[in-house]
Amino acid sequence: MGDSDAPDARGGVTADRLFRWTVAAAGIFVLVSLSAAALSMLWGGREALQTFGWKFFTTTDWDPVQHKFGALVAIYGTLVTAAIAMIIAVPVSLGIAIFLTEAAPRWMRTPIGSAIELLAGIPSIIYGMWGLFVLAPALSEHVYPWINDHLGALPLAGPLFQGPPLGLGLLTAGLVLGIMVIPFISSVMREVFLTVPARLKESAYALGSTTWEVIWDVVLPYTRSAVIGGIFLGLGRALGETMAVTFVLGNAHDLSASLLMPSNSIAATIANEFTEADSSIYLSSLIALGFVLFVVTFVVLAIAKLMLMRLQRREGM
Amino acid sequence: MTAVDRLYAKRRFKNMLALTLAWAATVFGLFWLVWILWTTFSMGISHLNLALFTKMTPAPGDSGGLLNAFFGSATMSLLAIAMGTPIGIAAGTFLAEYANHSKIGTVTRFVNDILLSAPSIVLGLFVYTLVVKTMGHFSALAGAIALGFIVLPVVVRTTDEMLRLVPSQMREAALSLGVPQWKVTTQILYRASMSGILTGVLLALARISGETAPLLFTALNNQYWTTNILQPMANVPVVIFQYAMSPYDAWQSLAWAGAFIVTMFVLLLSLLARLVLLRNKVGNE
Repeated sequence: MGDSDAPDARGGVTADRLFRWTVAAAGIFVLVSLSAAALSMLWGGREALQTFGWKFFTTTDWDPVQHKFGALVAIYGTLVTAAIAMIIAVPVSLGIAIFLTEAAPRWMRTPIGSAIELLAGIPSIIYGMWGLFVLAPALSEHVYPWINDHLGALPLAGPLFQGPPLGLGLLTAGLVLGIMVIPFISSVMREVFLTVPARLKESAYALGSTTWEVIWDVVLPYTRSAVIGGIFLGLGRALGETMAVTFVLGNAHDLSASLLMPSNSIAATIANEFTEADSSIYLSSLIALGFVLFVVTFVVLAIAKLMLMRLQRREGM
Repeated sequence: MTAVDRLYAKRRFKNMLALTLAWAATVFGLFWLVWILWTTFSMGISHLNLALFTKMTPAPGDSGGLLNAFFGSATMSLLAIAMGTPIGIAAGTFLAEYANHSKIGTVTRFVNDILLSAPSIVLGLFVYTLVVKTMGHFSALAGAIALGFIVLPVVVRTTDEMLRLVPSQMREAALSLGVPQWKVTTQILYRASMSGILTGVLLALARISGETAPLLFTALNNQYWTTNILQPMANVPVVIFQYAMSPYDAWQSLAWAGAFIVTMFVLLLSLLARLVLLRNKVGNE
């Protein structure tokens, strides 16, 4: 066509190409930034990883004076607080999602759903301050003495619940984390529960099922993979959460069986000590910790995403 | 009672129990929300005063305000938005308009979703090794870049989703008139999805307003007033962190006042974002 030789049309083609390249470059930028983050931390932490090797992951010494660093306490603290958080958050989030989709009167669903989502909007440093100044004293005065007396005497699990009721420690941090991830998990669950076709639920109701039976035998099997995805999404948050945990964990580098004792987590160690790191091996150890955290959360979030995609694919979304 | 009746009673009991537990779980969630907000409001309001907005952050034990911290937070947040939004919109456009069903599009969306939920402390460390180490010192610019990496995936996601909501007839109608694709995108599609993208930017701003962890390794803190973005700069979250952990009463009250203002700001922003989205929904119907 002769038209394409017209200056205006050719300008359009060039501009089109330019626009396409610009947006493609931005897309590639997003794609590359994640691996760049991983590589830069691996590079920053190489000194520590080379010096300590596997010992970095298996020893508990964290001694800036003698330049000996082992990440076991921090890794243990991260895993334990995240586990406590999930034990609290998963059943509660499931309950909230059931409430918002099946149990509550219709007029309550939107306002209460928005209120729960408000929890997700509160900055994590606010959770930290509240945890340190309000929650921890309340727990150490009213709850932990009771836990000490009653659960501390249990035959096997006892040592988990013994120790001075300081208020700061793994259990408090796990509780705060649990509260923080509730809105994330419950909003995913609520959304996927709403994707269950009404005719499936209605068929079950028509056969005489109770609401609970519809949830347990129809809704949950239909949404299983996405529900697991939502849980992993919350787990990813809990593992990497920094400020809230830093306030209430107590910053102690000792491995202790008790959940009531102060401890540390990967993120809290980095936040507390980064500006104090006075030697290159110290700094490198902290960055290596960051790399470990990155790898762990990447795996957890990738599982979450794959699980969520499964339901989407079936939904044809 | 026959066996059938007993079974029926058991099923009804189970149902009642489950629904009661669902109510209890919701009350449990709301309980913490109310407690945290009440603490923030009551502690914050009792420490509010005009000096907060007129005086600089004080020396240990002294009283003062948060003026330099507010300025620093505003500067870095705006810079982060200014950096993250254009790249985010462009990348979102790439996903929705050019790579929607391609392999690279799927992978990029996947990576973006991971970035969206990645711990912010990790992004802070990334920018530390990338910018702070290269420059040799902490700076507000590094802080803004770290926050920009938090803004980016939020904007990419909303842009992508909003553009895909635009009916394809609109694209086809414009293209059939001979309008080049870049003009279709910038002048028609962006206009149609403007309020959605704006919501994304507002939500991103709400998210970075309270971000603390990445700023610890990038912008650090500064007790004094500075407008030089190549120098460490005070910012509200890090000041809250430092002052709350300190033993001084005057510093702790400043931390509570700062916490109250940040929380109010974040909640108002998310409310505003919802309103923008809602108005658009009503407008479309």
